[in-house]
Amino acid sequence: MKQRIDGRNRRHAAYWAFWVHRVSGLALALFLPLHFTFLGQALQGAAGLDGALAFTQHPLVKVAEWGLVSLLALHLAGGVRLLLLEFSAWRGLRGAWVAGAFGFATATGLAFALSLLG
Amino acid sequence: MSDTPQAQARRWYAQRISAMVLALLVLGHLALMIYAVQGGLSGAEILARTQGNVWFGLYYALFVLACAVHVPPGLANIAVEWAGWSPARALWVARLFGVFILVWGGRAVYAVVMGGA
Repeated sequence: MKQRIDGRNRRHAAYWAFWVHRVSGLALALFLPLHFTFLGQALQGAAGLDGALAFTQHPLVKVAEWGLVSLLALHLAGGVRLLLLEFSAWRGLRGAWVAGAFGFATATGLAFALSLLG
Repeated sequence: MSDTPQAQARRWYAQRISAMVLALLVLGHLALMIYAVQGGLSGAEILARTQGNVWFGLYYALFVLACAVHVPPGLANIAVEWAGWSPARALWVARLFGVFILVWGGRAVYAVVMGGA
């Protein structure tokens, strides 16, 4: 029997987990060249890094840093869920892990924000 | 590059094995970031931690290598499924990006461990 795709599957937590994992992965991948360019300034010593760090004093950059750390934590926790689904004996979509991944990312993001502002 | 089922399976495994390595490395990276940004960062403070530190260099060299393996399969999937690229084109561009990550990330690790001395 042919099944019609009518969007119900996209209202499932597992679909959102897939979407968030993909978008966070894309954002992190595109951030990497920028991150490495920044760190490469160390070739010019501490002064080179300080020049790059001056850029991070802008409030919007701090918000972006918090966002990236949260996305990294989210991608990590979502990825561990996927590995458990695929490699462990557990069955089912592990809906609680989706919630757990968001919780872990939020907690990590808050800890980073507190450190950044403290 | 061929896109046989065997090649797809190899990419799937490469992504998962690198994910297992990255899961551990990212956990350490998150903890280090939360610790290191306390009270603000300076170039001297970063280099004091990293310069000549062989373990730091090995940790982040492995991190860069795992990223270079992990990123291309995901990017290729996105390019095919969301941007409508052909699998061959998506794979080549994603692989080039992986090589770029390896080279540019390797340069960054070299810079913070060996540079500025």
